[in-house]
Amino acid sequence: MKSYQCIVRGFVYDESLGLPAEGIARGTRWADIPGDWECPDCGVAKADFEMVEI
Amino acid sequence: MAEPAASPVVIIGSGLAGYTAAREFRKLDKQTPLVIVSRDHAGFYSKPMLTNAIAGRKTAVTLVMKSAMKMAEELRAAVLARTEVRQVDTAAQTVQFASRESLAYRDLVLALGADPIRLPLEGDGAADVLSVNDLDDYARFAERLEGVSQVAILGGGLIGCEFANDLLARGITPTVIDPAAGPLSRLLPPAAGEWLRQRLEAAGARFCFGVTATRIDLSARGYALGLVDGGRLEAGLVLSAIGLRPRTGIAREAGLAVHRGIVTDRRLATSAAHVYALGDCAEVEGHTLPYVMPIMQQARALAATLAGTPTAVNYPAMPVVVKTPACPTVVCPPPLDAAGAWSVQAFDDALEARFHAADGVLLGFALMGGATTQRQALAAQVPGLLV
Repeated sequence: MKSYQCIVRGFVYDESLGLPAEGIARGTRWADIPGDWECPDCGVAKADFEMVEI
Repeated sequence: MAEPAASPVVIIGSGLAGYTAAREFRKLDKQTPLVIVSRDHAGFYSKPMLTNAIAGRKTAVTLVMKSAMKMAEELRAAVLARTEVRQVDTAAQTVQFASRESLAYRDLVLALGADPIRLPLEGDGAADVLSVNDLDDYARFAERLEGVSQVAILGGGLIGCEFANDLLARGITPTVIDPAAGPLSRLLPPAAGEWLRQRLEAAGARFCFGVTATRIDLSARGYALGLVDGGRLEAGLVLSAIGLRPRTGIAREAGLAVHRGIVTDRRLATSAAHVYALGDCAEVEGHTLPYVMPIMQQARALAATLAGTPTAVNYPAMPVVVKTPACPTVVCPPPLDAAGAWSVQAFDDALEARFHAADGVLLGFALMGGATTQRQALAAQVPGLLV
């Protein structure tokens, strides 16, 4: 499981946690999130997230 | 385009608006020369992070995510740091720098940002009042915070409340002074403001509502603030967070239409051909919205236009996340002239406020505490601002 961080607001998507409030189940891999998904905090595109080490 | 292909797209400004526009443009056009002009160091940092840098243990150095050199490489752009623009000639399609050198542009993007509004203050300490509007300001602020235990914050809006909460992370007591009756008075109904105030107070913040500071004098402990009602307050540092005014000087001098901000249509086009504006300096179809989400929408539309597909910006409902960890808050304010009424439901650990028009349509909302998980569901119900 990996995490990805929004380059603008620092919002972190953690694959192991998912985003249940947005209908993204726990364990959803980053690669499986739709390309038009945006950062819920600021609207940054999925492409502008960067992988972060935990 | 009528201009020779060799003329670059020139972006003035290396803040979130300028760099996001550049990044989005490069996703669509990998060939056209691109020049980014900045009056500062031109490193990429995220301005919203300045108000939670203390809790995040960031410094002015670590806030810089990418240096100007790294940005130039990634964007395949020339990044001109510490370069002041003197004027723009929209007829000749050139930008002239303070050095008197000039640069021709195919298209020009103004991403100038906004200046902090400063209140007129009397007293020999007035000149020491800080605003934090960019990274250099933040560095100064961080330096001046050394050894300070009390900070007075002028303005209880978004930025004032976020700084107040962030200072608590360092054990500093903030006192927020605002003429309104509660925090975030332009965004929240009074009951929600009160809920936020209680939680920030419980976390250690202090508030003086219904008053303004009129003078600031040097004192043994730093500064003595004189309030309009005769009250006095001591602080080691005074921070001004009154609000922002779009930066329009260059545009005005170039003869562009300027109202509150640089006037643009939905394609972000200003009144001069080949000149566009976005971000905090722009007034897009009458809206000046100094938030991140509008910038993302603008940057994508503008990038498409610059890459040859004229594209109008859409503004869906854009909730604003208020970075007050003592009271998680998301607000989607109703349009300023909207007719309707707030209804507020408050619980121990959550507050939900909805603004409905007479016909029942949801026009805005505020969510706090545990209710913030409703953000996406409610935002989907609110009509967009520009659709």
